Amino acid sequence: MVPVVSIKPLLAVLASMAVVPFLIYCRKPNLREAWTFAAAIIKFFIVVSMAPTILQGIPIEYQVAEVLPGVAIRFYVDTFGLLFALVSSFLWIITSVYSIGYMRGLNEHSQTRYFCYFALSLSATVGVAFSANFFTLYLFYEMLSFATYPLVAHHQDVEARSSGRRYLTYIVGGSIGLLLPAMLYIYDKTGTLEFARQGILSGHATPGAVKILLLMCIFGFAKAAVMPFHAWLPAAMVAPTPVSALLHAVAVVKVGAFSILRVITGVFGTDLLNSLHLDTMLCLIASFTIIAASLLALNQDGLKLRLAYSTIGQLSYIVLGAALLTPQGLIGGMLHIAMHAFGKITLFFCAGAIFVATGVRNISEMDGIGKRMPVTLACFFIGSLSVIGLPPCGGFISKWYLVLGTLESENLLMLFVLLSSSLLNAAYFLPIVYRGYFGPPNPSKYGDCVKEAPLWCIVPLVLTAAGSVVLFFLPQPFLKLAQMTVKHIFMGP
Amino acid sequence: MSQHFPALIIVIPLFSALMVTVAGWFNKRLCFPISLLSLAAVLYSSIGLLMQVLSRQVVQYRLGGWPPPFGIVYEVDYLNSVVLVLVTAVALINLIATRISVVEDFPDKLGPFYTLYLLFVTGLSGIVVTGDAFNLYVLLEISSLTGYALIGMGKEHAPLASLHYVFMGTIGASFYLLGIGYLYLVTGSLNMVDIAGILPKLYGSKVVLIAFIICMTGLFIKMALFPFHSWLPNAYADSPPGVVGLIAPLTTKVMVYVMLRITLYVFKPEFSFASADINTAFVWIAAFGIVVASVLALSERRLKRFLTYVLIAEVGYMVGGLWLANRAGITGAILHIINDAAMTLCIFLAAGNILRQSRSDAFEDLKGLFRKMPFSMAAFVVAALSIIGVPPTCGFFSKWYLISGAIEAGQYVFVAALLFSSLVNVVLFFRIIEIGFFEPLDDHHHQAPEITRREAPMGMVISLVAVAVGLIVLGIFTRDIVTKIIQFAIPEGIT
Repeated sequence: MVPVVSIKPLLAVLASMAVVPFLIYCRKPNLREAWTFAAAIIKFFIVVSMAPTILQGIPIEYQVAEVLPGVAIRFYVDTFGLLFALVSSFLWIITSVYSIGYMRGLNEHSQTRYFCYFALSLSATVGVAFSANFFTLYLFYEMLSFATYPLVAHHQDVEARSSGRRYLTYIVGGSIGLLLPAMLYIYDKTGTLEFARQGILSGHATPGAVKILLLMCIFGFAKAAVMPFHAWLPAAMVAPTPVSALLHAVAVVKVGAFSILRVITGVFGTDLLNSLHLDTMLCLIASFTIIAASLLALNQDGLKLRLAYSTIGQLSYIVLGAALLTPQGLIGGMLHIAMHAFGKITLFFCAGAIFVATGVRNISEMDGIGKRMPVTLACFFIGSLSVIGLPPCGGFISKWYLVLGTLESENLLMLFVLLSSSLLNAAYFLPIVYRGYFGPPNPSKYGDCVKEAPLWCIVPLVLTAAGSVVLFFLPQPFLKLAQMTVKHIFMGP
Repeated sequence: MSQHFPALIIVIPLFSALMVTVAGWFNKRLCFPISLLSLAAVLYSSIGLLMQVLSRQVVQYRLGGWPPPFGIVYEVDYLNSVVLVLVTAVALINLIATRISVVEDFPDKLGPFYTLYLLFVTGLSGIVVTGDAFNLYVLLEISSLTGYALIGMGKEHAPLASLHYVFMGTIGASFYLLGIGYLYLVTGSLNMVDIAGILPKLYGSKVVLIAFIICMTGLFIKMALFPFHSWLPNAYADSPPGVVGLIAPLTTKVMVYVMLRITLYVFKPEFSFASADINTAFVWIAAFGIVVASVLALSERRLKRFLTYVLIAEVGYMVGGLWLANRAGITGAILHIINDAAMTLCIFLAAGNILRQSRSDAFEDLKGLFRKMPFSMAAFVVAALSIIGVPPTCGFFSKWYLISGAIEAGQYVFVAALLFSSLVNVVLFFRIIEIGFFEPLDDHHHQAPEITRREAPMGMVISLVAVAVGLIVLGIFTRDIVTKIIQFAIPEGIT
C-alpha cells in the first residue's frame, strides 16, 4: 500500500513537548494540571485519528529532515507503532489523573519539574513508536533516557541520586556502548537504516556478525531489562509511584521491548534469523530472564520491588514472543505490550494508593489491608490475574498467543518456561491478596473504617483494572493491529 | 570590493588592532565598538568568500600582485573557507558574549586586551587563508604570541602557565619551521600548490620524509595531542572567560586544519597515507590519547580544568579521523572541527557564566545552580549532550562519521576509544548536572530551600543560548554541510 503523507505523527510527538513552556510559567497548580490534561487528551486524539487509515492497511509517513545523506528523521506509522502509541498515550491520560492525587496527597516538592519531564518522556515514547528508521528510533530512545533521569532521581536524597546514576549507567551505557556501534555497523554494511518488512541485513553480513549484532541490540536496549542488564529497574523504584507506573511499567520498559521487536523484525528480519537458527539463543536469553526474575520477585518484601522484578520477567515474555520467530508468537509478544501495560499499571497504582493512604511500602505490613482499602485490593487482585495470565483478564489473551507460538515452533521447553513462570507469578502475587483479605489486621494501622486513598488515586486504578477485564472480552483493537502487523511481516503487503 | 575579501580578512583586524590601541588612550569605551565592527566586517567578508567558493570553487588572491610561486598567495577553497567562517564567527560571538566580564576582569587594560584579541584573530584567519607555507609560520607566531599574552593576563598561576605554554608553543612552531625549511631545501619553493606539484618526483627522498615527520610533530605539539598536551590544562584553566572562549575553541581546531592542509594538499594522500602501518600507528596514538585524556578528566574536581581534558580528548578524535585515511573518517574530522569549535565555545561560555555568578567552579560550589541560573545551565546541558554525542546535537553527527570511518577502515580500537570517551563524558557531565540540578533539601519536609535566581547579565545569557541553539541547528543541517562543502574539501582520490 502506498503510504499517506501527513503531519499527524509529528504533531502527536510534539503535543506533549509543546506544553512544557506553559507548565513552567503557570503559577497556579490547577492551571498547570489543566495544561497537562489538555496535552494528554490532544495527543491521544491525534493518535486515534490515525487509526482508521492504519486499519485499512495504509501506513502514514512524514519526513522531518534529512540530517545525513540517506538518513532522515522520519516518522512511519504502521500497525505495530500505532498499537504502542495508543497504549502509551491512553495510559498517560489516566496517569495524569493519578499523578495529581499522588503528588498532592504526599505534598511532593518540585511538581512543576515533575510534570514537565513527564510530558517530555511521553513525546519521546510516541517518537519511538512512530520511528521509520533505526536512527530516528535511537534519537527518541536517547531523549527518553535523559528525560526520565530527573524523574527517577526525583527525591534528590542519596538513595535517589545513586539510583539515578545507576539508571543512566545501564541505559546510556547500553545505548552508546552497544547500540550506537551496532547501528553504525549496520549502516556501513547495508547503506540504509530504514525498517523494512523482512529486515535490511539479509545478504549484507556474515552469520557471525549477525549473531553479534543481535546480541548487541538485545542487550543494548537496556530499557527492556533483559538480564544481566536489569539492575537499573529495581533501583529506579525509588521514583514517585506514578513514574514507576507509567514509565517503568508502560513507557520506558516497553520502549525497550518495542525497540527489540522492531529491530528483530525491521532490521534483522525473521527469515534471516530463522535461517541462521538464532531463535534458540534468543529464547534461552529471554527464558532465563523470565525464570530468574520471577524467582527473585518471590523474595522481595517491598511491594514496588516485587512489582519491579515481575516487570523484568514480563518484559522478557515480549522478547520471547519475538524470539520464537513464529506468527503466533509475535502476535503474543506485541499484544503483551498492551495487556501487560494495563495489568501492571493497575498494580503500581495500587501500591501507590496504599502508600498514600497508609504510608506502608512492605508486603509484610499489609495483613488485613483489605478491610481498610477494599477497592484498591480488589483492583490489585484483578491486576494480578492479568499479569499471571488468567481469565477474565487481558493478560490471558497475550499469554494464549505466546503459548500457541511455542507450539507452532514446537519448542516445548519454552512452553514449560511459560507455564512455570505463570505458576511463579501466582506464587508471588496471590499471597499478597490473601494476606490483604484474610490476614489478621493490625488495629493500630487499619481501624475498622474504610478509608481509601484520595479519589484522584482511586478512579484511575479502577479504570485500568476495568480496562484489563474489558480487554479480555474486547481485545479487538490491539489484537487486530498485532495480527495485521504479523500478516504484513510474514505474508507481505 | 568583493575580490579583495581574502586580503580584507587580514587587513581589517590588523589595522583595527592599531586603532583600538590608539582609541584606548583617549576613551576606553571606544575599544569594544571598534572591535565589534571590525570582526563583523571580517565575518561578512568570510561569508562572502564562502559564497564565492560555493559558486566558483577556488578563490586566489595575489598579495601585491606578485604571481605565485614568487609572491605570497592567499588561496581559499572548500576546506578553508568553512574553517574561516568558523574562526571569525566564534571570535565575534565570543566578543559579544564576554563584553561584560572583560570589563570586569580588565578594567584598566581594555585597550591592550582588545588589541591582542584582534591580532590573535588576524593570526588565525591568516593561517587559514594563506597558501604559503612560510607565511603560515609567520601568522602562526602572531597568533601564538598574542595567545601567550592573553593567557598571561589571567590571575594567580596564569603567568606561569603562560610561560609553560611559551616553551611548548615555541618548540612546536620551531619544529614546523624546520620541516618547512627541509621542504624548501629540496623543492626550492614555499608556495603550497607549487610544493605539491614538485614533491611527487621526490617522494622517495629521505629529506621529504623527515620534513613530513618534523612538521607533523610540531603541529601535534601545537594542537596538544597526547602526549604533548601538558601545557594546555594550566594555560586554559586559569585564563579569564573572555580569553578562554576565544582560544580554547579555535587554537587546537586551526592547528588540526593545518594538519589537514599539509597532509592532504601539500604532501597529497598518496604520500601521507602511503603506509597502512603508519596510518594505524597514528590512529592508535590518537585512540590512546582519547582514553588517557578521558581518564585524566575523571580525576579533576574543577569545572574548567576538567573541560580542558575533554578538549584534549577531542583533538584525538580529529587526528584519528584524518589517519583513518578514508572519506568517512576525514569527513568526520572536518565536521568535528566545526562542531567541536561550536560546542567548546558553548561549554566555556557557560562555564564562564557559572564562574562569574558563583565565584568558583569547584564541583562542591555548583549546588542548586539550575535554579540560580536556569538559562545558562540549559545551554550547559545542550553543550554537554553534544560533547557526549546525543542526537540531534551536532556532536553526534561528527562522531557518526568518525565511527563509520573507523568501522570501514577496520580500526576497532578507535571505535572503542570513541565510545569509551562518550561514556566517560556521560559520567563527567552528569556528575555536574546532578550536583547542579538536585540541590540538597533542607530536611524531611520535602521542601526545596529558597534559592534566589542569580542569572548572568542578559547579554551574556542571550549569546550563550544562541550558541546552544546553534549546536542543534548545526546538527540538523549536517547533510547540507557535508554534501555542499566538506565533500569537495576532500581530495578526489580518497574513497
